[in-house]
Amino acid sequence: MDVVFGFVGYDFAVLVADRAATQQIIVQKSDEDKIAVVDGTKIMATSGPRGDCVAFAEYVAANVRLYRLKYQHELDVKATAHYARNELATALRKGPYQVNALLAGVDANGPELYFMDYLATCHRVNTGGHGYGGMFCLSLFDKHWVPNMSRAQAMELVDLCVAEVCERLVTAPTEYLVKIVDKKGVEVIEYDATERLAKRREVQMQAREAARQAAARVGA
Amino acid sequence: MSVNLDLSFLHDTERGAASTKYRDEALQGVSNSVHASNFTAPAVEDFDAFQREVINYVKPAHGTTTLGFIFEHGIVIAVDSRASQGPYISSQTVKKVIEINPFLLGTMAGGAADCQFWQRNLGIQCRLHELENGKRITVRAASKLLANTLYSYKGRGLSMGTMIAGWDLNGPGLYYVDSEGTRLKGQRFSVGSGSLFAYGVLDQGYRWDLSVKEACELGRRAIYHATFRDAFSGGTVSVYHVGKNGWTKVTGDDVGELHFHYYPSEKIDEDSLGGLGKKEAEERAAAEATAMET
Repeated sequence: MDVVFGFVGYDFAVLVADRAATQQIIVQKSDEDKIAVVDGTKIMATSGPRGDCVAFAEYVAANVRLYRLKYQHELDVKATAHYARNELATALRKGPYQVNALLAGVDANGPELYFMDYLATCHRVNTGGHGYGGMFCLSLFDKHWVPNMSRAQAMELVDLCVAEVCERLVTAPTEYLVKIVDKKGVEVIEYDATERLAKRREVQMQAREAARQAAARVGA
Repeated sequence: MSVNLDLSFLHDTERGAASTKYRDEALQGVSNSVHASNFTAPAVEDFDAFQREVINYVKPAHGTTTLGFIFEHGIVIAVDSRASQGPYISSQTVKKVIEINPFLLGTMAGGAADCQFWQRNLGIQCRLHELENGKRITVRAASKLLANTLYSYKGRGLSMGTMIAGWDLNGPGLYYVDSEGTRLKGQRFSVGSGSLFAYGVLDQGYRWDLSVKEACELGRRAIYHATFRDAFSGGTVSVYHVGKNGWTKVTGDDVGELHFHYYPSEKIDEDSLGGLGKKEAEERAAAEATAMET
């Protein structure tokens, strides 16, 4: 049950994935990286069996790189997405890759996010998520996502999504990895939900207290 | 920004075509069986049905507890030794640590034959790597070789859950590799039906700065407790330590003996059992003996 979601902002795109590698009911590892760096300005989060995810991500990354070396021309995000989709579609008829992916990147057209699943659907979207965790986030995106968000606003939205997942999803993971891609490269943020949400609650409490005091002053 | 690279090696070159003849000649009768693709699928019409049928002849030995963890002074690997086929214990003396080479260990869970065969195969690939490159293979590369092999057989009925542990120029390395194609790097793993029990003891007793002796004891203790709760684990607990000079086998203890070592039974007070007291029994025996004599 991977939690994978992402969205685009002003000049960047954000992908978030949990860090748990699980086998049935056992958490085998809580520092796994599920967001592969395809190249300097493209990242891909995958969800599904680890073997398939790793094989697929490495294959796509290697071929994107090979294309650049061969033709001295870089694939843009759209082309990469269509290439990956085509691989999924080919694999679908012969023991498919059980891989759901979110591909984010920045090129001359600005930041872009592509939603792909193992049946080889591919959509360009502003916001997207996979699995049950992703579903909780979709409604939050519908309500809170706006075009051209700043980085601070984006992290707010990530907080909101992780808080919701932690509150409602059975066996929600606590460790996440946030990767922000812009035209300069990829920024990686290690995200400890327990710590982060506790801090968030504290800030909210303080704000509420301040509001109450202000109201009291006005009353007096 | 981009540079002109010679990428001709990506295409079939003329040189390649010319040398093929000599290569084929040289390789006549030589089987390159280390490569996974040399095994072909059985020529049957319905592969799935065939597999369902034959799996009954070679039922994998399920039920195992294995564990491994990295700490300050290397890696400890501990395993049980029971093999079961359904409700029947088929062996109590299975060697579940596979010694790939003096610096690499593999553990065995799932199908015994699969593990033994493919880890022997890994041993061959590692040796070839050593001969080709003049240096030992890294744990990272070795585990990837195995993972690639297993991934290429995904869905064909292999059953393996293994840990690859070893020491290379990067220090200690521990990887979990299974027949689904998963490969995970980690500090602490336990695999098999008893793994939940082993994790319980292992996680609460684990510290980075454990001494070698303490670490071996922790591994042994974790496997012992798993064998106590899991009917499919038992036999003896084998403990290995991997240090910078390679692995050593530390201990092999029968779990029955370990049980009485950890939980010695209290001395039985015979007088309290409700039968004849010890004194009375002796008197009677003496009386019977004299009666016999007369």
